[in-house]
Amino acid sequence: MSKIIVEERSIVIPGEILAEGMDFLPGDNTFRENNQIYSKVLGLANISGRVIKITPLSGPYVPKAGDKIIGKVTDIAFSGWRVDTATAYSAMLNVKDATSRFIRKEEDLSKILAIGDYIVVMITNVTSQNLIDLTMKEPGLHKISGGRIININSQKVPRVIGKKGSMISLIKQNTGCDITVGQNGLIWLKGSPDGEFLAEKAIKLIENKSHQEGLTEKIEQFLEKNKVNN
Amino acid sequence: MIVNKDTIAQLAKENRRLDNRSLTEFRSPIEIETNISWTAEGSAKVRIGETVVMAGVKLSIEKPYNDTPDEGGIMVNAELTPLSSPEYEPGPPGMKAIELARVTDRGIREAKAIDMKKLCIIPGEKAWFVIVDIITINDAGNLFDAAGLATLTALKSAKYPVVDKETGAIDYKQKTDIPLPLTKEPLPITVYKINGSLLVDPTSEEEKTYDARLTVASDSDGTISALQKGGNMPLTIDELSKMLDIALEKSNFLREELNKALNV
Amino acid sequence: MAYKKRLDGREIEELRPMEAKAGVIKNAKGSASFKIGKTWAIAAVYGPREIFPRFLADPTKGILRCHYTMMPFSGSGERIRPGKSRRAQEISMVMENALEPVVDLSAFPNSVVDVFVELPQTDAGTRCAAISAASIALADAGIPMKDMVSSVAMGQVDGTVIADLNYGEESYPAIVSDIPVAMLHNSKEISLLQMDGEITKDDLIKAMELAKVATEKVYELQKKALKEKFTNE
Repeated sequence: MSKIIVEERSIVIPGEILAEGMDFLPGDNTFRENNQIYSKVLGLANISGRVIKITPLSGPYVPKAGDKIIGKVTDIAFSGWRVDTATAYSAMLNVKDATSRFIRKEEDLSKILAIGDYIVVMITNVTSQNLIDLTMKEPGLHKISGGRIININSQKVPRVIGKKGSMISLIKQNTGCDITVGQNGLIWLKGSPDGEFLAEKAIKLIENKSHQEGLTEKIEQFLEKNKVNN
Repeated sequence: MIVNKDTIAQLAKENRRLDNRSLTEFRSPIEIETNISWTAEGSAKVRIGETVVMAGVKLSIEKPYNDTPDEGGIMVNAELTPLSSPEYEPGPPGMKAIELARVTDRGIREAKAIDMKKLCIIPGEKAWFVIVDIITINDAGNLFDAAGLATLTALKSAKYPVVDKETGAIDYKQKTDIPLPLTKEPLPITVYKINGSLLVDPTSEEEKTYDARLTVASDSDGTISALQKGGNMPLTIDELSKMLDIALEKSNFLREELNKALNV
Repeated sequence: MAYKKRLDGREIEELRPMEAKAGVIKNAKGSASFKIGKTWAIAAVYGPREIFPRFLADPTKGILRCHYTMMPFSGSGERIRPGKSRRAQEISMVMENALEPVVDLSAFPNSVVDVFVELPQTDAGTRCAAISAASIALADAGIPMKDMVSSVAMGQVDGTVIADLNYGEESYPAIVSDIPVAMLHNSKEISLLQMDGEITKDDLIKAMELAKVATEKVYELQKKALKEKFTNE
């Protein structure tokens, strides 16, 4: 006989039994052993039909092609830049992927991007060994200047963005900030100092309360209460 | 982060900070706990904002130094643990840990906060030696002030262990109720200069941005017992004077926090 | 005269009072505080991150590295000199062995997950407390794990098998054995086993049966600590 053991949206820990029997299927972050399905991470149980998956509450960012991330230039090589991705893996940004301008052989690459610069880039390729290629040539990809960069747990990024970008729009409207969210958990805010401060607090609030219901209302109330005049 | 560095510097000029504090405002909460370790003769845990530091006092009986036969001694050591920040690695103390230990040590030693003569048991033969170990738990900036506060708190809470009258051996499992001969309460405050503005209690990011810093250990009557200037930019005498004013005021502020915590 | 009444009045299977909390170190990816009696371990997890020196890297999976440190004032006698002792290095290694069976770092080749444990005060059972704290911290860091690891020292004092020896019992003037054990919660497999002292095979097996019960109590607390982090906000 099959049965679900955990409740929808309950917090489970690694190794916790989620369901018994073969009628249920192990989804993301779970595994089956013998007749049972177990969680593999600390997270929220998510039951849809016969599939049980776990939404992690923390954990490392796993680089994926197509993800927009914020990285930091750590070294200048012969043909491009080495970029810290805030993961265990650094990435390469090739000269030809950084700018469509023609670069002469002897040109000083640090004039384009210097060590310590932050950039908004897109991952174009990830190998099985997690070697990462980047591009900065798509729209919305660029070097960062001004404002502030904050760091959150990358697992909370979907909540910060919200459904179809609803959460991030809410924050932008109420703080007057430009906000760029990297999938790796780095977020760039640029606006007035008060606006940036409020946006940072709102995002940290989402990070801490992401597992709770009614998050949008909470953030609306928070922003309303702390309104900035732009 | 270079982006944040630029913004921190720019804001400082307007007397503002990334976290909206005023330039001379400490982070909250400030929490001070004593007797956190039963194995230490005295111990403390201090929190300033997200920075958490522990300090523990161990006492031992040693032969006094030849040049001070009627005095005991004090030594301060600091460990910047890799537990407390991704920037620290396992291994022997680096320059930052050595400076932290030495500045904390001087603040206590040079104020003569401990009556070294009272540590002497038999001149030329036996005296108490006090060793303070500072251990970082979470480094979110301003270790100098947090370490100084934790050290003083641990010293204030310390009690001598029982000594066997016949063998002279220390029984570390039993404590007397006799405190250390502490005569003063010096506390260090570090004032940072960023883009022309002076501020206290920096976050880790602010610490990476400073032009100069000055640690000032001072007593409740305003006597200065140790100074340490850091950073590669010089200070004017006028700036020094302003930094001292801030440091003396904030030293009293932290001392009040300490006494509030200990009287509870 | 067998050991019937324990020095601190506990029942033979009774553990000392325990406290655990997840998420105690802001800078870390995951962290925990774990107290059992007067033994206290604080654990922090950093990574997966780039490994140095590079030749240690494993192209098939991430590496788990443990670092056990007693604070200089945490021993019940004289100050302990800072720096890696042989004892600390050995304990760090057995901690890795105790935790590796549950940790799945296959998604993070060439990387390292570092677990740092510091003990502010100790009263026996330090490696067990370190492992129990580390297991909470790894889960808190979101590291994929197939199970939790829970650890308590078992022992035998003058013919009586007991759980969670304190320092007084470890140094009891009789035949004593100290048996640190770690178990995986679901399978009850043993991932840490050491012993000092003397014991018969029968008593050892008895100690392992008792360990199942004792580690279960640790597990319940670990689980509570992880869940409380999200319900207490």
